[in-house]
Amino acid sequence: MNWITNYVRPRINSIFSRREVPENLWSKCDECGTMLFHRELKDNLNVCTSCGHHMAITPRDRFKALFDGGIFTEVDVPEPLADPLQFRDQKKYPDRMKAALKQTGEKEAMLVAAGEIGRTPIVAAAQDFSFMGGSMGMYVGNAIIAAAQEAVKLKRPLVLFSAAGGARMQEGILSLMQMPRTTVAVQMLKEANLPYIVVLTHPTTGGVTASYAMLGDVQIAEPNALICFAGPRVIEQTIREKLPEGFQRAEYLLDHGMLDRVTPRTQLRDELITIVRMLLGLSPAIKGDLPAPTPADTSDAPTPST
Amino acid sequence: MTNYLDFERPLAEIEGKAEELRAMARQNEEMDIEAEAAALDKKAADMLKDLYKSLTPWRKCQVARHPDRPHCKDYIDALFTEYTPLAGDRNFADDHAVMGGLARFDGRPVVVIGHEKGNDTKSRIERNFGMARPEGYRKAVRLMDMADKFGLPVMTLVDTPGAYPGKGAEERGQSEAIARATEKCLQLKVPLISVIIGEGGSGGAVAFATANRVAMLEHSVYSVISPEGCASILWKDAEKMREAAEALRLTAQDLHKLGVIDRIIAEPMGGAHRDRTTTIETVGDALRTMLADLGSQKGAKLLADRRKKFLDMGAKGLAA
Ligand SMILES: [Zn+2]
Repeated sequence: MNWITNYVRPRINSIFSRREVPENLWSKCDECGTMLFHRELKDNLNVCTSCGHHMAITPRDRFKALFDGGIFTEVDVPEPLADPLQFRDQKKYPDRMKAALKQTGEKEAMLVAAGEIGRTPIVAAAQDFSFMGGSMGMYVGNAIIAAAQEAVKLKRPLVLFSAAGGARMQEGILSLMQMPRTTVAVQMLKEANLPYIVVLTHPTTGGVTASYAMLGDVQIAEPNALICFAGPRVIEQTIREKLPEGFQRAEYLLDHGMLDRVTPRTQLRDELITIVRMLLGLSPAIKGDLPAPTPADTSDAPTPST
Repeated sequence: MTNYLDFERPLAEIEGKAEELRAMARQNEEMDIEAEAAALDKKAADMLKDLYKSLTPWRKCQVARHPDRPHCKDYIDALFTEYTPLAGDRNFADDHAVMGGLARFDGRPVVVIGHEKGNDTKSRIERNFGMARPEGYRKAVRLMDMADKFGLPVMTLVDTPGAYPGKGAEERGQSEAIARATEKCLQLKVPLISVIIGEGGSGGAVAFATANRVAMLEHSVYSVISPEGCASILWKDAEKMREAAEALRLTAQDLHKLGVIDRIIAEPMGGAHRDRTTTIETVGDALRTMLADLGSQKGAKLLADRRKKFLDMGAKGLAA
């Protein structure tokens, strides 16, 4: 593989993608109502510059901000059987998939990539809430297994960003079976003594929380993320009482001993670098933005994308 | 008294009539009703056979939830000796929705764990209708650890609508507790055998059923979400549970085709609740066979096979 493809193409891509965002576009913070410059919001990783509210961010945008120089190589995920149950509710499952694909430009609800953060090679996986609620089906299971296998193969830590409404009902029992499947993936990492860091983002609920998203060596959450097994509405209906303020939010879970840390998105990268390097017994990293890795670092990697 | 399900109403009428006739005859010895009663019995038996020949998925859910269906405690009482319940998660409480402890199966010491729903108002409340809280999963993890340490096979009996959606359960880390129980299932170096005897409700079931062998009673169900829950989300109408039950493919027959379960245990005509003794004995036979299959295998192989089994799952789909 030519190193120029590795090094130059992603940068060109990132210049183009920047142009796609018109300078004059504004969007409104759904928390405080402040009108925010689209560019400004994007540069702040979709965190409101006025109130600190964390809005959704796509896995691709997250990886661009996470990896050194915005460069990463996608890890291939084995394609599962499409529509294994021939599921149909008011819509057919394949039609829902097509709509999600069209809306997000992604083929499924999880992106896996390898790259460096603060010159520390890692594998990362991020769930895409905008793709059918980030729901966990066979593909997401395959993605987590592929991520774990890649991490074991390359002897790297795995950093996983979770975001999901839960299991993908359209895959019925097979979505439920992703709980044990992804747990096996986590066990591969543990047996290889590789760090597994989970970053829980808004929202992480249901079977996702009750499997790989709660099995990290270190559990970090973004501020105010909803993290639960049963959702607040279901609980209110069951116990017929009002739930306390902030119930099942990141800070509430931190108080109840269920998380290690709650960290704003803008500080996450540095924090992940610090933690991962300590767990790997490496020297402290140089803080701040780093240039893209030198070609030699990625020369053995597959075709990169951004 | 028999508890009839809504689709069994015509059957209830016939069986009621036969019973009435016999009651009248008992009070009036002159009456000869036997021929007529026998005809009604025959009609009822035919109807029962007809009804149960091809239960729809939703009807199976109803049968799986039948109040007279044998529950975990019934199986433990009948199939195990020297059952010694062991309580508590050593952290917070003992969860009565999960029972478990040491016992002998055919004389061999094992650890048995299961969800118990209760059989009357008082015990149902005490058992929280079989909906475990975090302490239940943590108790199970503790018992599985003990089984692993002393080389005892683990048998689990799954019968839960799901994890309990309560405030305390969430505050005490329901998700983490379920995740750890599933993880523990995947770490055991002893045989782990699971039977879904009624409802296999979502994560609460997986936490016990990530096993080397998973069997299901013929009319039990195992699903990622209840048909009512699925209907209210996807159809925006909880009353569409029949359609949801159909779409979810939650029957033992479909799950066997998908390769998610290993074996189907036949129920007596008319469901487990119509002949509890036979049902329990048949489950005992299935446990015996599955244990014999695994009993002599080495720990490392049991563990590797269990993981591989779940990793490989999903390769097989269902044709419509
Ligand atoms: Zn704001």
